[in-house]
Amino acid sequence: MTATRALPKLDADNRAFWTGGAEGKLLLMRCQDCKSFIHPPRPVCRNCMSENVAPEAVAGTGTVYSYTVNYQKWHPAMEVPFVIARVAIDGAPGVLLTSNIVGCPVDAVDIGNSVRVKFEQQGDVYIPLFEKIS
Amino acid sequence: MAANEAYISGIGQSEIGTKLTRSPLLLTVDAVREALDEAGLTIGQIDGVSTYPGRVPAFLGFSPVGADELIDALGIRATWYAGGGEITSQLGAVVAAAAAVRAGQARHVICFRTVYEAAALARPDEYSRPQRDRVDGSSQWTAPFNAISAVNWTAQYAMVHVKRYGLKREQLAQIALTARANAALNPRALVREPLTMDEYLSARMISSPLCLYDCDRFTDASTVIIVSAGSALDEVKCTPVRIAAMAGSVERHSWDQAEEMACYPTGADLWKRTDYKPADVDTVQLYDGFSFQAVAWLEALGFCKFGEGGSFIEGGKRIALDGELPLNTFGGQIGAGRLHGFGFAHEAVVQLRGKGGARQIAGDPRVAISTSGGGPLATALLLARD
Repeated sequence: MTATRALPKLDADNRAFWTGGAEGKLLLMRCQDCKSFIHPPRPVCRNCMSENVAPEAVAGTGTVYSYTVNYQKWHPAMEVPFVIARVAIDGAPGVLLTSNIVGCPVDAVDIGNSVRVKFEQQGDVYIPLFEKIS
Repeated sequence: MAANEAYISGIGQSEIGTKLTRSPLLLTVDAVREALDEAGLTIGQIDGVSTYPGRVPAFLGFSPVGADELIDALGIRATWYAGGGEITSQLGAVVAAAAAVRAGQARHVICFRTVYEAAALARPDEYSRPQRDRVDGSSQWTAPFNAISAVNWTAQYAMVHVKRYGLKREQLAQIALTARANAALNPRALVREPLTMDEYLSARMISSPLCLYDCDRFTDASTVIIVSAGSALDEVKCTPVRIAAMAGSVERHSWDQAEEMACYPTGADLWKRTDYKPADVDTVQLYDGFSFQAVAWLEALGFCKFGEGGSFIEGGKRIALDGELPLNTFGGQIGAGRLHGFGFAHEAVVQLRGKGGARQIAGDPRVAISTSGGGPLATALLLARD
């Protein structure tokens, strides 16, 4: 799998998402008034404009909405091929996370696969990757 | 001619190449000169400038020339101008210009898109990209997963068509094969050699289901579209092309949160703003930065239903130069080069004026569609020669 990753710059809005993995939690911003999820995380609800928002843990499972197998080495250190997918997150309607499906051959991934989050620590950041649930 | 409508008058294009040494400003001037000559206008009659996405200092190859620089370089006395990336994709700059001339803010607006990505890559000392320790903004949601290129994002929309609607590689290939066949007839096109189905099917995969030939490639060029007010057409000597309808949209400005691409609502909106119907359209020039985007645009514009784009283009006859709906007659971005949106408006005007030479479509084409973008951002123009 790809060893090198560009890492996110942490700020007040995204810190919970990118560090929740330290406690094994996938944290998504949620409006405490209308209960909508807000992703990418922002300090205002995109559904009701409430500022009463806070990160909440979701189950960490989801479904492969779509995917692609990347074969192109975009930089010399990149190990290919690998799977990029958009994962529809269980319990968070409307949230689709771009991620990688790891732990299986690239041709074992399909739309509709059930997957579970698995965090990869890189310094202060915990990257949410996904594995197929067998 | 209706005084309160917007028209395309002159069009121009620089040389299209890779690793060009002529400066991006001078490529832009080449395209301006050609457009002025065609329209019979002088630079002194230009009173507006519109561009996408403006000068991008952090990534100069992507957009090396801004409206500010062109205005000053050519001594343009502008009463209105605009340039920026926060608009509904590349041809949004033409939409803005059309709105401006209809509102009386300007009479003749130079719209341009200049790209210098191949030269910039070849000359990193002059056109370096900043190295960032960390990614922020929208990049942080894709780059950490090495979903670095738009091909990775577009491929996932294409994969839904493959898996749910049976889009086949042999069908998708028709976009590239058609583009390359047409590019062979376009003296300015970047790639002049036709492509065979065998070559397509044996090409290396970039990001499944998109292979090498489904992608455009870095190009150096400038394209100019002059938008003129209906009330100023007495100053124009070329056949004006009316901008009969315009539509644009943004789907979350995100490649991954939107369930579907922005071309779909944009295509539907276009038909709400005109009495023309899809059957009236003589040719379509549809964004093909990646082949699948052209397929999606065909669906979005109602030429076929969602999911049926693959069977619509099967065999390629329908979209060929002599087909019922000629597509990307200049070669699209896949064949002619990554002109980034503006090539599609340029070619629609060429065809509507009967100036296509070896690639001119038959009959007397009067109505064309040009689009740009299609992913999170989309613009569509309906163009008519009255």
